[in-house]
Amino acid sequence: MSAPAMVGRREFIRTGAAMGGGLLVSLYAPLPGGSSSAPAAEEKDFALNAFVRIGTDESVTVISAHSEMGQGVYTSLPMLLNEELQANWSKIRVEPAPVDKVYNHPVFGMQMTGGSTTSPAEWERYRKMGATARIMLIEAAATKWGVQASTCRVEDGVVIHAATNKRATYGSLANAAARLTPPANVPLKNPKEFTLVGKPTLRLDTPSKTNGTAQFGLDVIVPGMLTAVVARPPVFGGKVAKLDAREALRVPGVKAVEQVPSGVAVIAERFWPAKLGREKLVIEWDLGPNAGLSTEKMLRDFRETALKPGAIAKKTGDPEAALKTAAKTVTAEYDVPYLAHAMMEPLNCVVDLRRDSCEIWTGTQFETVDRANAAHAAALPADRVLIHTTLLGGGFGRRANPNSDFVVEAVHVARAAKAPVKVVWTREDDLRGGWYRPMWHDRFVAGLDANGDPVAWTHTIVGQSIMQGTLFESFGIKDGIDSASVEGAADLLYGMPNLQVDLHTPKIGVPVQWWRSVGHSHTGFSVEAFFDEVAHAGGKDPYELRRKLLANQPRMKAVLELAAQKANWGSPLPPGVGRGIATHFSFDSYVAQVVEASVEKGGAVRVHRVVCALDCGLVINPDTVRAQIEGGIIFGLTAALKTEITLKDGRVEQGNFHDYQMLRIFESPEIEVHIVPSGENPTGVGEPGVPPVAPALANAIFAATGKRVRRLPIRASDLA
Amino acid sequence: MRLRACQSHSEKDHCGLLRFVIPRGFRLQASNLGKNRHNLRVYNLIQPGNTFLVPDRGRPQVTRFHVNGKPVEVDVDPATPLLWVLRDSLGMTGTKFGCGMALCGACTVHLDGKALRSCVAPVSRVEGKRVTTIEGLSINLTHPLQRAWIELDVPQCGYCQSGQIMSAAVLLAENLKPSDEDIDEAMGGNICRCGTYPRIRKAIHRASELANAGRAK
Repeated sequence: MSAPAMVGRREFIRTGAAMGGGLLVSLYAPLPGGSSSAPAAEEKDFALNAFVRIGTDESVTVISAHSEMGQGVYTSLPMLLNEELQANWSKIRVEPAPVDKVYNHPVFGMQMTGGSTTSPAEWERYRKMGATARIMLIEAAATKWGVQASTCRVEDGVVIHAATNKRATYGSLANAAARLTPPANVPLKNPKEFTLVGKPTLRLDTPSKTNGTAQFGLDVIVPGMLTAVVARPPVFGGKVAKLDAREALRVPGVKAVEQVPSGVAVIAERFWPAKLGREKLVIEWDLGPNAGLSTEKMLRDFRETALKPGAIAKKTGDPEAALKTAAKTVTAEYDVPYLAHAMMEPLNCVVDLRRDSCEIWTGTQFETVDRANAAHAAALPADRVLIHTTLLGGGFGRRANPNSDFVVEAVHVARAAKAPVKVVWTREDDLRGGWYRPMWHDRFVAGLDANGDPVAWTHTIVGQSIMQGTLFESFGIKDGIDSASVEGAADLLYGMPNLQVDLHTPKIGVPVQWWRSVGHSHTGFSVEAFFDEVAHAGGKDPYELRRKLLANQPRMKAVLELAAQKANWGSPLPPGVGRGIATHFSFDSYVAQVVEASVEKGGAVRVHRVVCALDCGLVINPDTVRAQIEGGIIFGLTAALKTEITLKDGRVEQGNFHDYQMLRIFESPEIEVHIVPSGENPTGVGEPGVPPVAPALANAIFAATGKRVRRLPIRASDLA
Repeated sequence: MRLRACQSHSEKDHCGLLRFVIPRGFRLQASNLGKNRHNLRVYNLIQPGNTFLVPDRGRPQVTRFHVNGKPVEVDVDPATPLLWVLRDSLGMTGTKFGCGMALCGACTVHLDGKALRSCVAPVSRVEGKRVTTIEGLSINLTHPLQRAWIELDVPQCGYCQSGQIMSAAVLLAENLKPSDEDIDEAMGGNICRCGTYPRIRKAIHRASELANAGRAK
């Protein structure tokens, strides 16, 4: 290779300030304003605590304990911190945290990003860190001037002593402040006094995402790095029986072909020869016990299983008796398929494995887990494993793998490569690589009284457990019930005097994982679509029946009413267009959506408009909340209309975006998001927008055509 | 064409070409022709004793072209997609890999002003031509699309946005006041998994305003 006009690769690894006694090596986080040069010399950068450093150049570096995967935490966390710090916002920059227990998730006790929990969990801590730093800066100034700290105030990164007309910038005080003992029990502002939190604030990472400078895992270049792709078994759990690598090794640029636990790694100078080399591998696979897996058969099995009683997840009243005496019963079954996360950035991981250390660069949601798993694979103590979290080109749960599959594999490849190596997954690798949203079957029987009001509701769920066999088992599974399988069903908000939710958890050799909104992605659909059936069976307006049964749920009732009002529920629509409504409570947030849709002659669905109302407590950055809900709706519509992972003879039948299609701009509806003002603590935002859209759409299709949608993705053939 | 049978009769040419000599006694089977089996010209060419040159796929060869106005030369297999030449050989990582099949648009660059999915374009195709990548659009963020993208906070994860902006730039260059339908058509090949489509649409309209205002000055 020769590259005379080699474009200057920015040096992105730099040594940071000493912190917590250790040397902090941090990944260069892109700066706002397109500035791509490294910030001012680090030795002039002082850590006031683990979450903020202030430079003599007035730069304020906020350390993000959470990964940025599009949800805006690289802006919302600095907003929280700076609400109290009161530095000049234009001086704020963000840096991903190294792995350290100080950065553990305040609720989950490990460093991670997921469960729509960053804002709720960090709401207090980041403000406290900002307040602590501010107090230390004031203290430093007061000491310098020989005045009482209480007589000083701060404004936009400057400490001011009005009586003596003295002013000192944060940058000039940082060194002295960093030597002070941090105060305990710092008071925080009353939310009514907020000047930054709650105001629409432009994201700090946007500029770098519009000129190519944002660095994702796939963009990491380490000196001397090789690139590898891995041939993985065509069936989950398969093993290499026989390998002939001769042809692959003849491809120019291929350096080595090595077996690793997950398959066969082709290690090359660059990606392209690695990929060509992989195509030349001749591998005989021992397919193992999953070679017969078929989703068609699973569907039949699930439906049969649902007829039998499962483990009880929730029981109130006497549903059995209530069903017997009901004036009318309604029964329906719903199916949703396996789904891949399909982040736009396929999985990848860079590993530099040395004799006594292991350095990793990757976009991960699961630093603590990844470090432990990588340490095990590298046979090193965890503190010898360094993880640099890059920007994530989408996560949606896939980059929070309990087995750290893509990280551990890269460690094994690095050992074989004997050099730093980047393992790249192609789109096909990514879609066929498993760890899907489970396939789920939901069977309902409801009983209605003579007035058409529901008096009994039973819901049987069949689907694999996400947490079984993982380190989350003890936390998430109780009495045989994986809470993720029944969330959104067992905690039904509608007042129902007789309720039962039971669960079957088949063991199937397809690896499953959390996928944006997790269990709510099936219960949101099935519960809310069935609710519509129940309303119609009782001759009720589905909106009015929801209102009635939410009498004791004021927050949900309020969002429902707001969505209906903004969507003009009940007003006439053009011919052929139907309106559907759904609510769903998830990640402690309340969401209601109204969808307007029509069905074309051949059965193609057109979604015209989605109106969403939500109550997510106190809002940190309103525009980010809107963006997350817009994105959640499109994510949910993609699942409703487009995607499924199916298996035949144990093999995944989809491979790329031609057979695993994403919603595109011309299919994207008009979306309105209305946020209910609230003074409650912040709740989830990344995921709650997803669950209600599929049922609202299914209900709109019923309103438009009289046809019930009980299986996702919606097929034109079901509606034609 | 499956000519592996005669590869042993080939010799490396100085200009990175392979010289194939069809061996004596070679009988062409219809199956050997693949998609070309109805092409009589191909049939007549592949006869014993005929010699022809083909690019040596898999062997490095120098390709020269311009990226963002600067001349570059790379010494790679000419079949290597431009995307991987940009990323791996030139270290320009702003152009993204999403599918490798021209299905998602993440790898969109401009070739002589037209949108090109660089993941399926062999680098040999850009020999002597001018390629523009996201890094060349305007590193200072002054392009109307970048200004609009920032003003409306379009990106979420941001991974697809290089491709989105490069596709939008071609649209705006050809159509200074695109309608929603024009946007749908021009942007239909670019996937965003985060679902930023509503903002992309608004930002293209906004960029069009900014660009027109800039012109009116």
